[in-house]
Parts: sequence; structure tokens; C-alpha cells
Amino acid sequence: MNRNADIAGRTPSGEPGFRERFLAKLFMGMSPADYSRSLVTPFNLLAAAILATSLPVFYARYTQGLATVIHANHEYPWGLLLSWGIFAGEPLFAAGFVVAAAYYLFGMKQYRVLVRLAVLGGMLGYAFAASYLLIDLGRPWRIYYPMLINFGPSSVLFVVAWHVGLYVTVQLLEFSPSILEWIGSRRLHRWATSITVALIIGGVILSTVHQSALGAMYLITPGKLHPLWYTSHLPLLFFSSAIYAAMSFALLLAFAAVRYFREQCDDEFLSQVGPLTLSLGKGAALAMYVYFVLKVLALAQDNNWALLTTPFGYWYLVELLGFVGIPMLLFTVGVRAESIGLIRVSAFAALIGIVLNRVNVNLIAYNWNQPDHWSQIIPPWSENIMILAMVTLHILVFRWIMNRFPVTRELPEYRGLH
Amino acid sequence: MNDDTPAPPPQEQNTRRGITRRRLLSLSLLAGSAALGLPRPASARPEFSGWPKSYGMLVDLTLCVGCRSCEQACNEANHLPKPAKPFDDDGVFNEKRWPSAKAYTVVNRYPNPTNKEHPLFRKIQCNHCLEPACATACPIKAYTKTEQGAVIYNEDLCFGCRYCVIACPFNIPGYDYESPLEAKIVKCTFCNTRIAKNELPACAAACPSGALTFGKRTDLIKMAHKRIMENPKKYIDHVYGEREVGGTSWMYLSGVPFEQYGLPGNLPKKPLIELTEGYLSSVPVIFTTFPAIFGMLYAALHKKEKKNEHSSREVNHEQER
Ligand code: SF4
Ligand code: SF4
Ligand code: SF4
Repeated sequence: MNRNADIAGRTPSGEPGFRERFLAKLFMGMSPADYSRSLVTPFNLLAAAILATSLPVFYARYTQGLATVIHANHEYPWGLLLSWGIFAGEPLFAAGFVVAAAYYLFGMKQYRVLVRLAVLGGMLGYAFAASYLLIDLGRPWRIYYPMLINFGPSSVLFVVAWHVGLYVTVQLLEFSPSILEWIGSRRLHRWATSITVALIIGGVILSTVHQSALGAMYLITPGKLHPLWYTSHLPLLFFSSAIYAAMSFALLLAFAAVRYFREQCDDEFLSQVGPLTLSLGKGAALAMYVYFVLKVLALAQDNNWALLTTPFGYWYLVELLGFVGIPMLLFTVGVRAESIGLIRVSAFAALIGIVLNRVNVNLIAYNWNQPDHWSQIIPPWSENIMILAMVTLHILVFRWIMNRFPVTRELPEYRGLH
Repeated sequence: MNDDTPAPPPQEQNTRRGITRRRLLSLSLLAGSAALGLPRPASARPEFSGWPKSYGMLVDLTLCVGCRSCEQACNEANHLPKPAKPFDDDGVFNEKRWPSAKAYTVVNRYPNPTNKEHPLFRKIQCNHCLEPACATACPIKAYTKTEQGAVIYNEDLCFGCRYCVIACPFNIPGYDYESPLEAKIVKCTFCNTRIAKNELPACAAACPSGALTFGKRTDLIKMAHKRIMENPKKYIDHVYGEREVGGTSWMYLSGVPFEQYGLPGNLPKKPLIELTEGYLSSVPVIFTTFPAIFGMLYAALHKKEKKNEHSSREVNHEQER
């Protein structure tokens, strides 16, 4: 992929009109023909194949109903699609709020170069979470009903809906300096950066509430969620695990940036990635210890030790020891040895643990006592391809933005303004 | 990194500040967690044990013969689509069925542990909880518990998230997974329009064996306990639904443990709404305390820096001009 990295910063000779400048930014400084030729890469071909395969599935969703494409049924109303798209995704996308809070609120200056990338990761993640919801909702065009039409304040989902809605708005505003720089509006840019701190505090509140609310949604299912996963501390557990999920995701985002978008990173970003990874790794390790202790306390409080020797207990231990305990120790070793590589591996393992935990709560340990439980929760190929297609789209959009917007670099004319 | 090293060399100053910051960071995260983990205030909501004169149904499972008359009556009274297998086809008992988008109620067969010759039957429908989890869960409040006892669903408000299905302890609400864009929840209405006209619910009117008794919930509870008292050998001493999840309008009597009929035996006695109330009440706490905590934190951390930055910014300004 031949990219012209500094096109946005270049002052072209002669004064091109707005249209020309806009197109230049859109095609990354290439002619449309060159640009389309640059798109033919193995990854893009694979992406195109996945998207093409998924098209008939999406079509079937909107013409023949959910039942034809996902496994959702009477006892398991939510399938892997939601489990992955919303419950497993959102803790990762807390990256935006964690990094922004570290920089703006806690004054951890070294995080400055990472703020935009993390906020982008978060914002995009939420946009996609909303898209998963639009696939799954029975009447997607009513998505705003809890906000405008009728209120169910006793519902935890009502809380989630409101907080996610507001949080997406806040994130868009947080990211807006990047967009405004890309467009080139200085006045709006100044305004947007000046309200940042208020936005960040708002973001911290909204995130805290809705990350924990995702866990609180299952407080109402004491009879249906396996007792090893059902605890009155679900909100706290979801919140605390979101913290290390966010840190792990942020450091992996930084890795993706230097690995796949090196031309888009300025020297400052490149030089900071190492120390930042270390710092995030430390934070994540700490947060994992806290989470681990909380998990054990919850187990002790409900006196569920005996359940550990049942099949579900073994599975619980796989999750707790294999995907919390081990990544936690790997993090510790990685941080001690200052091994960036090991920290990245640990982060990846920790994220698998997060996905596993959320899928356990949503699907595997949910309605566990129904006689035909296991045969019912296996997602069909069509559901998996939908998920794969959404992930592909997610990556493509991320790439599109990374290649254009000043995310991991600072435009010279805006230096020192944020 | 040692905190009590006297007078650290200048390069280390930064790391030291890092430590204090991290401490502050963990402190405030702790504050957040504390808000989430706060000991819950005892429910401020007044006790609610159902509308005083609400109706209920007593299902005497020992009397049910599995004739499916109720299924048929319900289907006809509510103008539901004709099922694939006719109502006198016993073949349906070979599979486990749930109420669905096409049926408000279904009868299932269960093995009888004490007498193999006489299998058990149970009619499944909405139990019309006194404090329904479905209504608690719905973010759009598409459910209402009426004074007569019925839990009614309003299709016009629903956006099809199915959180009510997740929440219902009895797996009741059916959903039209086959409808592409008009999917809705379908469930027993307790024949509320018939009740309003002083008619019996269609299923109760059709039951030939006397397994379904319609009446005031308070009267039914008395009747149930009386039956148990008069026939302690026949019944186990438990009226299912009298207290489960805070009480339900439909209640059950049985001769074998209720789990045998697939009724969950692990439900709390308190209404499920009480399990989420504590969390919901911590949300305003977060909203009021966080801005103060983080605002102060921000001010404290940035006071010093402002001084430091002031000089450098002035240099910048000079250059710009
Ligand atoms: S049985 Fe389920 S659907 Fe019926 S009122 Fe109770 S919670 Fe709602
Ligand atoms: S599916 Fe409809 S009725 Fe059920 S919780 Fe969602 S919006 Fe409410
Ligand atoms: S009460 Fe009415 S709607 Fe409910 S199962 Fe009986 S006949 Fe059907």
C-alpha cells in the first residue's frame, strides 16, 4: 500500500479549490485511479470475500427474520451476536475513557499522544455496538423509544440505553478536534478543545455507570444464571474488568498503529509507544489483581466453593485461572522484565478472558439448567459470518480513518493547542 | 522505585510524580467502586403484595389430565393461527414446548417419578407476577400490571430487545423470531377482556377436570391451603406462586416437587425488582459525587502545572506573533 503520509500537511503550490483539497484528502493524495489500484491487496480481497458472503445473510435477517440467521430462540433470546457485539465489545471500548481520564484528569502527560487513538477506538467501538443492536432489535427504527417515547426507569437496560447514547455523543465531541483539524476549522477546534475537561468527567461518569449496568442487567436473573456467575457484585465485577480490558485494548491499539500504520505515526508517537505500553501494562496488571480478588470474594460471600467441583465449576476455573490468573501473571512478569512483547501477549490473553466471561454470562451459564442447554447455544454459521463481517467492517473503517485523520500524529499548525 | 529515597535526582522526579498520580488514580477508581459496591439501602419502596382485589388462578396439577382443551380454547378465544398438529394429537408431548408467537399456552408432559403409568402434565402460560420481572426489565415500559391481575403487553411501545424474555423467571414471553421487521412479544393476557365482561378466562372455562380454578387471589390462597390440609398425603405442603418472586397471580398445587414439572425451584421469595433497585439507586450517587471528586482532583493536579506551563506558553505566544 503506497500512501502519501504527509499529504494533509503539505501546502500545495497554487491554490486548489475546496473540492480539490477535499478529494485529495479523501484519496490520500492519489489520483482516483491510483487510489483504486492501491486497494487491491490480499487483506482487502479477503475482506471483500467475507463481506460478500455475509450479504445474503444480512438480507435474510431483514426479509425473513432473526430466526433464519441467528440461533436466538425462546430460551436464549440473545445470541452470540449480541454477546460479542455488545457485552464483550463495550469493556474494550472503555479505552477512550480510561486513557482520556489518565491524561486530562490525572495529568499523566505521557498519555497525550495516545488520547486520540484511544478515543477513536472507543468511539468507533460504540458505533459498532449500536450497529449490532440494530441488527438484533425487532424494530430497529424504534431504537430511540427509551429516550423519547416512553420511560422504564426501573429497567437497567433503560440506564444502559441512556448512558450509551450520551456517551457516544460525548466521545464524538472528544474526537471532534481530530475531525475539525482534518476539515481545517480552527475556530470550532478551539471551542471543542476548551470543553474537553468537562467532557472527560462526563465520559468517566457515563462509562462507570454503563459498564457496571451491563453487569447489573443480569441481577434480575437469579434463577437463570448459574450461581457461580450470578452474584450481587455483578456491576462491580463488570466495571472493574472493563478497566483492565480498556487498558489492554489501548495498548494493543497502539501496537496496531505502529505495526500497520507506521507512516501515519509521528516520531513522538513512535517514541512513546514503548513507555506507554509499559505503563498501561502496569495499570492492567493492577486492575486484574483487583478483579481477581473481587471474583474470589464474590465466590466466598455466596459460599459457592462446593460448586467448583461440578462441570460448570471446572469451566468457571478455566475462565478464572486460565484467562484472568494467567494473563495477570504474564502481565506481572512482562512489566517486571519491561518486555513490551510479553505485555502485548498478556493483553491479548486478558481480552480473550473478557470475551469468555461475557459469553459465559450471556450464553453458556445462562439458563444452564434447561435440559437441552448445550445443543441450543451453538451459533449457526450464518450468525458467525455476520459477526465476522461486522469485525471486518470495523477494521476497514478504522483503517480508513487512521489513513486520513491526524490520530497518531500532530499537524504542525495545531501543535500545542490541545 | 522507592518512595523514601531522600532527594531523588532530577530525572527521577517525574517517576515520583507518576507514583503519586497513580495513587490518586487508584484512589478515585476505588471511590467509583465504592459507589458501586455500597451497602444497599434497605428498599425505600413500600411493600407491595398485589392489588387487594386482583384475580388469580389456582392450577391443581394433580387434576390435570393433559387433554389440551385449554390450549384449544385459548387458541380460539384469542384468534391465534391453527397449529400444525391438531389439538387431539398426543404426539406433541414427545417434545418440550414453550408458549410462542403462535400459542399463549401449551401443555407439556413430564415423567412421574412415583407412578410411571401416570405421567404428569402442566399447562404453561404467563404467571402474571404481582411484581413482574418483565415489566421491571422493559426499558420502554411496554408492560403493565393491571388492578385485575393481568400483566399486559403493549406492542406499540416495544422495540424488540427481548430483555423481558431474559428477565422472566419462568421463560414465558414468546417472541416472533420469524418476523423480519414486525417482531413482537406474544404472551397470555389472562383473558383480561373476558374478565372485564365477567366471563371466565377461556382456558378455565374449557377445563373438564377442574384443574383450573379462577377467583380472587386471596380466596384462592385460602382454598389451596385448605386442600393441602384436607389431603396432606396427596399434596406437598407448598403453594407454588404464593411467595415465589414476590407472588404470582397463577398458583400451583402438586403432589410431587414442582421442579418435576419444570417449574424453577431456585427462585427468591422477594420480587426480582428488589435485586436491581440497589444498583439503580447508586447511579445518582455516582452522578453527584464523581464531578466533585474528579473536579477537585483535576484542580489539585493542574494547579502546579499551570504555573510551570505559563512561562512556556508565553514563549509560544511570542513566537506566534
Ligand atoms: S411470568 Fe414472566 S412474563 Fe408473566 S408476568 Fe411474570 S415475569 Fe412477566
Ligand atoms: S422486547 Fe419489547 S417488551 Fe420486551 S423488554 Fe424489549 S422493548 Fe420491552
Ligand atoms: S388466561 Fe386466556 S390467554 Fe391466558 S392461557 Fe388462559 S385462555 Fe389463554
